This record gives sequence, C-alpha cells and structure tokens, in this order.
Amino acid sequence: MSDSPSSGPPASGPSAGAARWRRMVEGVGGAVIGWVDRCGETVRFVGDMTDLLGHTLRWLFRSVFVPGVRLRRSALAYQMVRVGVRSIGIVVLVQIFIGIILALQLAPTLRDYGQLERVADVVAIAVVRELGPLISAIVLSGFAGASIAAEIGAMKEAEEIKALKAHALNPYHFLVMPRLLATVMMLTGLTVIADVVGVFGGFLTSWLVLEVPPATYVDLTQSALGLKDLFTGLFKAGVFGMLIALIACCEGLRVSGGAEGVGRATTATVVKSIVALIGVDALFTAVFYVFEI
Amino acid sequence: MDSDVIISVRNVVKTFRSPGGDEVRVLDGVTFDILRGETIVIMGGSGCGKSTLLNCLIGEYTIDGGQIIYSTERMPEPRDIGELPEAELNEVRKRFGILFQSGALFNSMSVAENIALPIREHSDVPARLIDTIVTLKLEQVKMLEHRDKMPAQLSGGQKKRVGLARATALDPEILFYDEPSAGLDPVTSATIDELMIDLSKKLLVTSVVVTHEMDSAFRIADRMVMLERGRVLKLGARSEFEALRDAPAESLTGREEKLMNQFLNGFSVGPLTDVHGMSEYEKLIIAG
Ligand SMILES: Nc1ncnc2c1ncn2[C@@H]1O[C@H](COP(=O)(O)OP(=O)(O)O)[C@@H](O)[C@H]1O
Ligand SMILES: [Mg+2]
Repeated sequence: MSDSPSSGPPASGPSAGAARWRRMVEGVGGAVIGWVDRCGETVRFVGDMTDLLGHTLRWLFRSVFVPGVRLRRSALAYQMVRVGVRSIGIVVLVQIFIGIILALQLAPTLRDYGQLERVADVVAIAVVRELGPLISAIVLSGFAGASIAAEIGAMKEAEEIKALKAHALNPYHFLVMPRLLATVMMLTGLTVIADVVGVFGGFLTSWLVLEVPPATYVDLTQSALGLKDLFTGLFKAGVFGMLIALIACCEGLRVSGGAEGVGRATTATVVKSIVALIGVDALFTAVFYVFEI
Repeated sequence: MDSDVIISVRNVVKTFRSPGGDEVRVLDGVTFDILRGETIVIMGGSGCGKSTLLNCLIGEYTIDGGQIIYSTERMPEPRDIGELPEAELNEVRKRFGILFQSGALFNSMSVAENIALPIREHSDVPARLIDTIVTLKLEQVKMLEHRDKMPAQLSGGQKKRVGLARATALDPEILFYDEPSAGLDPVTSATIDELMIDLSKKLLVTSVVVTHEMDSAFRIADRMVMLERGRVLKLGARSEFEALRDAPAESLTGREEKLMNQFLNGFSVGPLTDVHGMSEYEKLIIAG
C-alpha cells in the first residue's frame, strides 16, 4: 500500500493514501475544468463566427444597395480564382476515385440480389446528394481555408489589419466579404464538377469492370436523379463554403504570437472545418430525411 | 475648448485583463492637449503605455474612462471619438495618417499600390491623377525608383519611408508615428527624422510621435510629454526638457526632476531603476 512508484522518501501509510486521493481528485478536477474550458472556447468561437457573419452580411447588403459602397468585384474575382481554380484538379481526382470505390463496394451485394445495374442509382444519389459537396468541401478546407487563415493571420501579425482600420477601411468589407463570397460560389461550382466526375467514375467502373451496359447505366442515372437531389447538394455546398470561409477568417483574425500563431491558426482551421462540415452535414441529412426532401 | 487644440486627451484610463485574470491599469488618467500644427513627442520607458495611448488616440482601442476629443477642420464641433459611430469615426480617420512601427505595408500590394489604396478608396480621383499623386508622394520620401517593388524587397528604413508616403496620401491634418526610429541604424533614423520635420513643415500637419529614442525626440519635438506608469509625469516645451537633461545632478531637486534627468540621459542609475533606495555608494557615483 505504502510504497509509491515515485522517487523521493517513502511516505508513511495514511498520508500516502491521502496524497493519492488528492492526486486523483485533482486529476479528475483538472480534466473537468479542461473540458469545461474547451466547451467555453467552442461556444466563444461559434459566437465569434456568428458575429463575423453578421458584420459581413451587413457589408454585403450595403455593397449591393447603398450607392458608393463598393462590392469589390476585382477582389472577388481574384479570390475566386485563388480559392477555386487551384482546387479543381484535386476535386476531380478525388471524385473519380469516390465513384470507382462506390461502384466496386456496392457491386457484390447488388449482384446477390441480381440487380447489379442498380449501381447507377446508388452512385448517383450518394455522389450528388452527399459525397460531391462533402468531399469537395473537405478538399477546399485544406486548400482555401488553410491559405485564407494563414494569409489573414500574417496580415494581423504585420499590423496590416490595424493599418486597414486606421485608413478607415473595414476589414470585414475589405477582407472577409470577398473571401466569403468567393468560397461560397466556388464550392458550389466545384460541387457541380464533383457530381459529374463522381458519376462518371461510377459509370466507367460499371461499364469496364462490372460490365453493365452503358445505355442502361445512363438511363438509370437519369431516372434516379431529380432536381431536388441536385439542389439539396448544391445548397449544402453553399453552406459548407460559408462555414469554411468563416472559420478561416475567424482563426486568421484571432492570430497572436508570431509565426507560430499563424501555424496554429492554419491547423485549427482545417481541423475545425472538417468537424463542422461533417457535423452540419449530419444535421442537414437528418432534416432532409425527416421532411423527406 | 481652445481653438488651437486639435486633440484633447482628458483623464484617459485603459485597463487590460492579464492572463491571470486581474486587471492592469496601463493608462491611469492621462491628460494633455495636442496643439494644431505642433510636433509633440510622447516618451517614456518600455511598457509605460505609449503604444497603448497611441492605439487609444487612433480609435483602435476603446478606452475605459475619460475622453479623447478631436476637433479637426472638417468637424463642425469638437467630438469625443469614444461616442462616434463607426461611420463618423472613419471620417475622422480619413483626416489622419499613421506610420506604424513596422511600416505595416500591405504585403500583397506593390509600393505604388500601397499608396494608391487610400486615395482610390476614399476619393473619386481618376486613375491617371492617382498615378501622379503616388509619384509625388514617393518623390517626397525619395523612394520613386522603388515604386514597382513589393514590400518584401525593401529594407526596414525603406518600408518606413513608403509607410510615411502612404500615411500622407490623403493630405492628413494629423500624423501619428509609433517608434519611427525603432530598429533603424542611427543614420537611417536621422534621415527619417529629417523627413518628418520636412513633411510637418510642407504639409503643416500636427505630428504625434511616440518614441524612446532621445536623440530623435530632441531633434523633432516642439513639445514633449513624459509618461510614467500610465500617468503624465511632465509636459512641456523642448527647451524645458533640454534644461532638465543638461542640468548638473546636484542642482536637481525632488524625485521627478531626478527621474527625468536619468531618463533623458539614459543613465542606468537613478530613481527609475532604484527599487530599494540608493546606497551611499551609488549616491556618491551620481554626485560624481
Ligand atoms: N493587448 C494587450 N493586452 C494586455 N496587456 C497589454 C496589451 N497591450 C499592452 N499591454 C500591457 O500594457 C503595458 C504597456 O504596453 P505598451 O503600451 O505597449 O508599452 P510601450 O509602448 O510604452 O512600451 C505593458 O505592460 C503591456 O504588457
Ligand atoms: Mg510600444
């Protein structure tokens, strides 16, 4: 009982027991406090994001309706190229693989039921409603989210944000708005590409490997997909884009503590984005399921 | 308020919450006036709250007590910037320029674009004319040949020059400088000082300079403010400060004068660094 694994003089029986109890209580207490802290931090972060969204939407509204407040078309175009174009290659590559994987995974079960050609339906629905937007968003959080956080973080560190404000330029209007719009638009666009490519991956696999006749595949895909499926997917993509941009801008604007702080913000952006994307996706899917959308 | 006063700092209090959770009063009732057209130098030891005061003056920090009353030319009446809504605060901000410690150039834009940005955003000047203004501003700080470079390609002193050109882009009434000579060699620092004096004469601006470089402070100042522990220790004309600096140690009376003398001369021994009271030995040294 009394021999403790720690170095130092061996303690006598009762006080060692008390010390062990205290350590245990402290350990549990520390864990609880840490957990409460993390919850508090999450709530604060969501609060910051909501605040950021509010400011940005107000600026967007003003840019559209108040004469003299600029929409910053050139900044928007620049951000769209930066956010979207670089990600196209990766999204295409990943979605082709997703199409192939889905088709191959589903084939044995469907063949057992004698309905191998139904691969077309399942791939189409899974890609268009779910995997197109989600996987594109995850790719984009790594590409665009991380780079936006690093960029804004570096600006914060170099006093550029302060300089903007001192020149009567609002960072929400000047920095966040174009990035948010660009991410939303480009992710919606990328998702269209992802849908097409994913279905094409399934089509190629079914045709060349599973030997489903191409005409049958195309027919089944067409009858399986409604406009509703396409729009729920694209709607989700828009929301995902907004989430990524908000998380990245929020992390960037909070940076303090030099280059290390910028690095932390980049990592945090990717991690928080992925958790937020999948969480929100689950929520949407549940809502769509309940309301049969 | 006196019509010659452009910014009136009244009892300004600013507190920060330390990571430990307790409040630190960084500015503890700072009061002084900044006069139109003068160059005023705010000085004090590291950590005494100079940058904090500057951030309060430019509206970057909201203050926890007191008032900062601006009366720029375009304002119909003096206004406390703490009470201005953002749109009006921005109108005030357009009337001042700031040279940040690091220059704070926008790193994604070229030198010329950095200077053009405030003009493009805040005026309807046609593009061709903006170009001419940019050339003029760069000429003023002798950086014209670097016009198409990116900030990353410039040295520290060059960045400050460009920062200065950008700060003057909208022909401000007030120029703020945060540690303009920090991180520069003595010669470059002196040329920046020359430039500041030159600009304040040419543009007739009010300059508010935060610095702890005494050589530079005495070169540029009309008046000086000395801060200590978040309060104004002394406010006066440059000549008064020069007299205090050059006074022989034995003629100094009172803690304040001794402290000023130590700071202005950069002595390591004196009331500023004196925690437990001076030993007889140290007193002997100071007495010479
Ligand atoms: N944002 C902040 N949060 C907490 N404490 C701060 C902050 N900014 C400054 N301080 C504290 O206020 C004091 C004065 O800082 P500062 O105004 O930067 O001094 P100076 O510019 O005179 O060297 C320092 O002790 C510093 O630690
Ligand atoms: Mg400072």
